[in-house]
Amino acid sequence: MSGHQTDRPLLQVSNLCVEFRTRDGIARVLDEVSLELQPGQTLGIVGESGCGKSMTALSIMRLIPSPPGQITAGEVRLAGEDLLRFDEQRMRDIRGKDISMIFQEPMTSLNPVFTVGDQIAESLRLHEGLSDKEAAARAVKMLKAVGIPEPQARAREYPHQLSGGMRQRVMIAIALACGPKVIIADEPTTALDVTVQAQIFDLLRDLKERTSTAIILITHDMGAIAEMTDRVTVMYAGRVVEEGPVEAILDAPKHPYTQGLIACVPQLDPNPTAERPPLEEIPGVVPALTRLGKGCAFAPRCKYAFERCDQEAPRRVSVDADHRAACWLLEEGTSA
Amino acid sequence: MQILSMLARRLIYAAILVFAVLILNFLLIHLAPGDPAEVIAGEMGGATEEVMASIRKAYGLDRPLHEQLGVYLGKTLQGDFGQSFFYNASVTSLILDRIGPTLLLVTTALLFAIGMGTLLGVIASRNPRGIVSNVVTVLSIVGYSAPIFWTGIMLIILLAWVFPIFPISNMRDITLEGGTFRHILDVAHHLVLPAFTLGIVFLAQYSRLTRASMLEVLGSDYVRTARAKGVPERSVFGKHALRNAILPVVTIAGLQFGSIVSGAVLVETVFNWPGLGTLAFQSILARDYPTVLGILFFSSLIVIIMNIVTDFLYRVVDPRIRTSG
Ligand SMILES: Nc1ncnc2c1ncn2[C@@H]1O[C@H](COP(=O)(O)OP(=O)(O)OP(=O)(O)O)[C@@H](O)[C@H]1O
Ligand SMILES: [Mg+2]
Repeated sequence: MSGHQTDRPLLQVSNLCVEFRTRDGIARVLDEVSLELQPGQTLGIVGESGCGKSMTALSIMRLIPSPPGQITAGEVRLAGEDLLRFDEQRMRDIRGKDISMIFQEPMTSLNPVFTVGDQIAESLRLHEGLSDKEAAARAVKMLKAVGIPEPQARAREYPHQLSGGMRQRVMIAIALACGPKVIIADEPTTALDVTVQAQIFDLLRDLKERTSTAIILITHDMGAIAEMTDRVTVMYAGRVVEEGPVEAILDAPKHPYTQGLIACVPQLDPNPTAERPPLEEIPGVVPALTRLGKGCAFAPRCKYAFERCDQEAPRRVSVDADHRAACWLLEEGTSA
Repeated sequence: MQILSMLARRLIYAAILVFAVLILNFLLIHLAPGDPAEVIAGEMGGATEEVMASIRKAYGLDRPLHEQLGVYLGKTLQGDFGQSFFYNASVTSLILDRIGPTLLLVTTALLFAIGMGTLLGVIASRNPRGIVSNVVTVLSIVGYSAPIFWTGIMLIILLAWVFPIFPISNMRDITLEGGTFRHILDVAHHLVLPAFTLGIVFLAQYSRLTRASMLEVLGSDYVRTARAKGVPERSVFGKHALRNAILPVVTIAGLQFGSIVSGAVLVETVFNWPGLGTLAFQSILARDYPTVLGILFFSSLIVIIMNIVTDFLYRVVDPRIRTSG
């Protein structure tokens, strides 16, 4: 994928900081988060629960609940233009049109009092200026495109009449309706059962091949990361700790946290009779975001931590042409 | 089909309820102290034992209670609620005369309370710490605690006496001449204060309910979805959120229709509004049994009908009920 390096990124997030006012003080939920998405590419974001994956997605859409949240620094450039400088009106034109989002909870993410057809048609009326009738007809086509049988009849049904998998297909149809440049899928399968998960991933993969939409895929599913993504960004406590091509991240992770994360994934054993090593886990828990020290956030849980890790936060350094990690071990030249 | 079977179920249920109301009303009135024969006699001036006995006989008051009930039920089923002792007219005609103004007052007050209440609630939810939000909170405390007749009298003093903008009482100016339109305007002018007085209590509750319900709905996933689709804020509030937030308001409004009708009795009395309320008030003072029974019956009927209407309204606004039986 290094061929993409020279292109101008479609979406470029740089040094994005988001803070939340909480009872315990200011929580820096995102700390200088940077990521890049090339046209047609799929970027995976992984990390433990609470590390800021959803916040990153919502910040790109400028949908952080505010108050208490606030974007305090950084840039979000879409095709070169900084979305953070747009007024609300221009930002609305971007949402659902250039960037759309698929949420984790298909059960609650659709409005219960409108038909699914209406909910797809609404985007089309807003962004494409279609009439009610044209939008309704296109909505049926969209339902068909995401593999919903009898789309004509389904379009007239309400969310509660559909199964979870169907609803997530509807969410995908809404996201796709206006032919966005970027789709952000925030754990699109977490709430679904396993067979349906596979179907949804198949649909996303199929969509990726047919259209040239770039995708940001947030997931805990390392299998999906391996199958679907080109590049991976690893986050910890609101920071990007490592990012690089998917093969490099999965096969040769540089940051101790990424190494731990990948070691946590159970492998399908090719030789079941052999003695299998116990499943690893990363000791400790994610620190409270209001009480992050000045050092590396992962240091308290890191088995390689040394003095410097507690005193100073490591910068991201290149380990390869397009593979970066933020760890003092790399700068000291003693790769873990 | 489903709607029809539901309607049938509702109607059977309503019929049983109406029957129960009839029996209960009758028993309640007869358990209350005071001899109706004495009242009639009082109206007529003299009261010898003989006169009393003949009154009792004429009005069937000498028969045992269960016989009186049997006669009453038989007659009511034919739409005959008897003669009023006091007005010397048939109860049915009295009530039909008065039911129009009451329905006008109650519906206006209710529409005002729901319309204005949800509007204030929505505005308050846009800025939960803003001025409107505080006004809603204060209003609902006042609305809950101030007696309705007190509010009415204060409004009369302020807006009909100190600043004579509205008429003090009655429903129309009998000296007024001119066409139908002038008369309609005249009634509307008289309607403002009583409808406002009656509506304000419920407005306070609906605005608070809407505010709370909106704040909950605004935090929901589907509102986030709407925003992620690029829906303008006005539509996020007025369409996506409100259509969901209104559901509890519809339920409560339906349940409260009974208390609006009883509130109307007080308001009508304060404003001398020629409806069922003033009629009820006067007939209770006069122990005019047939009229009181008739009014109780008709007002229960209104409440029962309104509950059926609310049920249907609820099915219209909430597809989850409509499509799942
Ligand atoms: N309203 C809020 N006030 C304060 N902190 C918040 C608020 N909402 C989220 N956070 C914090 O922001 C951090 C990032 O949350 P985010 O939802 O992005 O996590 P995530 O990586 O998506 O996790 P998950 O895998 O569970 O979805 C969390 O630590 C959370 O505690
Ligand atoms: Mg999340």
